[in-house]
Amino acid sequence: MHIDEALRKRLIQTVAETVIAHAEDLTELDQAIGDGDHGLNMRRGFEAVLADRDKIAAQSLPKALHAVGMTLVMKVGGASGPLYGTLFMQLGKSIPDEPTLADATEALAAAFGAVKMRGKSDVGAKTMLDVIAPVLAALRDGADPRGLPALADAAAAATKPMRAVRGRASFLGDRSIGHIDPGARSTALILRAICDTLGAA
Amino acid sequence: MKKFINSTDTLLAESLDGFAAAHGDIVVLGEERKFVRRRTLNPGKVGLISGGGSGHEPLHAGFVGVGMLDAACPGQVFTAPTPDQMAEAAEAVDTGAGVLFIVKNYEGDIMNFEMGREMSGRDVAIIVTDDDVAVETSTYSTGRRGVAGTMIVEKIVGAAAERGTDLPALAALGARTNLATRSMGVALTSCTVPAAGRPTFSIADDEIEVGVGIHGEPGRRREKLTSADALANEMVAAILADFGTDTANDVLLLVNGFGATPAMELYLMYHAARRVLTGRGVTVARSLVGNYVTSLDMAGCSITVTRLDGEMLRLWDAPVHTAGLRWGL
Repeated sequence: MHIDEALRKRLIQTVAETVIAHAEDLTELDQAIGDGDHGLNMRRGFEAVLADRDKIAAQSLPKALHAVGMTLVMKVGGASGPLYGTLFMQLGKSIPDEPTLADATEALAAAFGAVKMRGKSDVGAKTMLDVIAPVLAALRDGADPRGLPALADAAAAATKPMRAVRGRASFLGDRSIGHIDPGARSTALILRAICDTLGAA
Repeated sequence: MKKFINSTDTLLAESLDGFAAAHGDIVVLGEERKFVRRRTLNPGKVGLISGGGSGHEPLHAGFVGVGMLDAACPGQVFTAPTPDQMAEAAEAVDTGAGVLFIVKNYEGDIMNFEMGREMSGRDVAIIVTDDDVAVETSTYSTGRRGVAGTMIVEKIVGAAAERGTDLPALAALGARTNLATRSMGVALTSCTVPAAGRPTFSIADDEIEVGVGIHGEPGRRREKLTSADALANEMVAAILADFGTDTANDVLLLVNGFGATPAMELYLMYHAARRVLTGRGVTVARSLVGNYVTSLDMAGCSITVTRLDGEMLRLWDAPVHTAGLRWGL
């Protein structure tokens, strides 16, 4: 798929605006089981991405993705900064200029691995990985990409009964059960924004 | 929310500017406020850098100065600082003997400090503090949190660094001090993160959170408020149980306020805690009472016990000159 500069701009814009618009909801989720700053930090990071939209979009797709990651690392802080930063930076390192769906799938697989390593975590720990994993599996099974946003939403919702084993929510033990993981939710939001923009292109 | 604020967006910057101006004899503020560093470096000494989310003042910037840290990297409120901050701080304070990062055990902090080390390309060792006994260590959690004991590690390692101890020995001393240090906290009220504008958790007027973390994270359980003696007894008992053996040691007893508890109550808690320790045959050799590792405007306190060996005791007594702690100079 050819993702030209105009489309790169739209992708950055849509993803950033989606995260910014949901900052309050994400913070509310984080107040239940974390330290209540996920939405605020993600908003600060994506406001910086949005401010640099034209400069980032002018670069090739791999470089643009890497630049988004670097911006998030420098601006978000907390655990989300390194994790989302690593996700986008690795996507940038792994994706070709004009990716096929198979290329994008493998880039997501590489990014998934990098996030796992950075966070020393895995599937089932009530984190963003619990959204990326089923999306990755669906892509590998050749699922229709149009179904991915709903799949990601369901995967985020499915973190609700999980017991957190990583991050600050893990200090809650069983009390983390019954709340959606904020990182899983923000991942689902970002994925939907990407799919919607690419689907409309 | 009722706080002294102009705008939540500029709160941290204004506070750091105020801190740097008030303590201009001790510190200078790095570019873009990425770090606070000592005004005068000690060449050939290992650079000590700590940092973390803001909201725990005087930790960490208040412990920058002779005998403690060389630099502190302040993150947003309760949010780990970013890797560029640590990389630039390392650049600013490394006089050739390497750099030691002292990091509280939170995943965000560890990831950002690790990325900072990768970015700096310097000789950097990392030690992690995890003194909170409220959270059990297990494979099913992130492990123990680093809380008030962190400042004791900073003090003892800082004094050793000042004497010219090399990087590997400092890292070992830091790990040893951390292992000899245990803390337990109790919250009476929640804190309010300024940007969130509302309390982090809700708690009834007659309830307390036993084992609370320094970001208002839950601890072991919620219960009805009891007497100070009963609370001190439970907190000290949890700490001693965690140490596991009955060997009597000379200890350092720190009663640390979370921000909104008056010194009067902190001294009362100190008195109660000291009595429990003495009753168990433990000698309180050194003491510290006050607000050192706070949690914004949370009411409550933590008790920290460090089992001091001879070297740690001498290093604790060594001169220190920082905004938050000073003696012997």
